[in-house]
Amino acid sequence: MKAKHQRLALVGLGLVTIMGASGLALSALQDEAAFFYAPADVVGKAPPVGRAVRLGGMVEAGSIKKQGDGVSIAFTVTDGKASVPVTFSGITPDLFKEKSGVVAEGEFRADGSFAADNLLAKHDERYMPPQMKGKMAAAETLDTKTAQQ
Amino acid sequence: MFHAYANPARFLKIARPLTPMLIWTGIALAAFGAWAGLTQTPPDYLQGETVRILYLHVPAAWLGMGGWSGIAIGSIAYLVWRHPLAALSARACAVPGALFAAVCLITGSIWGRPTWGTWWQWDGRLTSMLLLFFVYLAYIALSRADGQRGGDGRIPALFGLAGTVLLPIIRYSVVWWNTLHQGQSLTLTKSTIDNAILWPLPFTLVGFTLLFAGIVLMRMRAMLAAGKVEARMRRMAAA
Repeated sequence: MKAKHQRLALVGLGLVTIMGASGLALSALQDEAAFFYAPADVVGKAPPVGRAVRLGGMVEAGSIKKQGDGVSIAFTVTDGKASVPVTFSGITPDLFKEKSGVVAEGEFRADGSFAADNLLAKHDERYMPPQMKGKMAAAETLDTKTAQQ
Repeated sequence: MFHAYANPARFLKIARPLTPMLIWTGIALAAFGAWAGLTQTPPDYLQGETVRILYLHVPAAWLGMGGWSGIAIGSIAYLVWRHPLAALSARACAVPGALFAAVCLITGSIWGRPTWGTWWQWDGRLTSMLLLFFVYLAYIALSRADGQRGGDGRIPALFGLAGTVLLPIIRYSVVWWNTLHQGQSLTLTKSTIDNAILWPLPFTLVGFTLLFAGIVLMRMRAMLAAGKVEARMRRMAAA
């Protein structure tokens, strides 16, 4: 074996080792590195009351309700498998609307509902001009139908 | 076959006319893409006009990661074949790569404020990209120190190799973990961005990439020239 081939093999081995190590570290980090809990993650095993956590998912259609004081809202976050009722008072981001992604920062209450003190809107990977929105909504309804079946 | 271009004299003969060609074509394409992206495309149905930042953000993210791929390839080639031009090309990618990584982080933050409602969050994609920026700074410091101490460049090359670990982490962060950053919009075969919004992006993408290549060639030529000056000074001092 020439010295050059030996170095090539060593570098290759080094690369494989680095990738393998990072793969192991990543799979171990899976839950720790998650940015938020999905509703299905917290059903039955909600994080302790009072711990600051994030809850993420879709705002359920028709669930946003304005409260009597004018600054508070209540809505439901769902991931298709489970849903969690959320309350929040303050200014919501522009992109916060029904059937769109949201990440709520706050804490769980003893009854399993979530008290948010900050809302972040989550954008999805779809970009389109406004006149196509109608077509998209039609496609989305189809999607939810197939998901329900 | 690559050994023919690994000769510095032959490299310079090709790099000298290629540099202005790459830079001017790159500037023209990027300028056209930016103009088209600012004036010729519709706004997004949800984000409105802020969507236009993608014509800069996406090329910056691509080159931030592409720059480190350049460092990795140059480092491997140097470690295996011991050719000084390979080490030079790796070092030349560092500063423009770090610059584009910074542009990616800054434009992303400006977009995040109106869209998400926050300048910064420690989610998987944002954090791993920030880490890449810091690793660039470390690489720049390390290769400079190695050069000043008269090292043979093997330590920066090993660091360049090890840093490669971040590239798959950044790429798959939005798949492995739930993140605030949206999933992949573009792959080689499909796009979830409507064509009416997408079409100027290839212009800025190719434009900035050519500009990047031109800057790398420019930096390599400057490093070769600096090496020549140093060698001549040493000869004069000895005489």
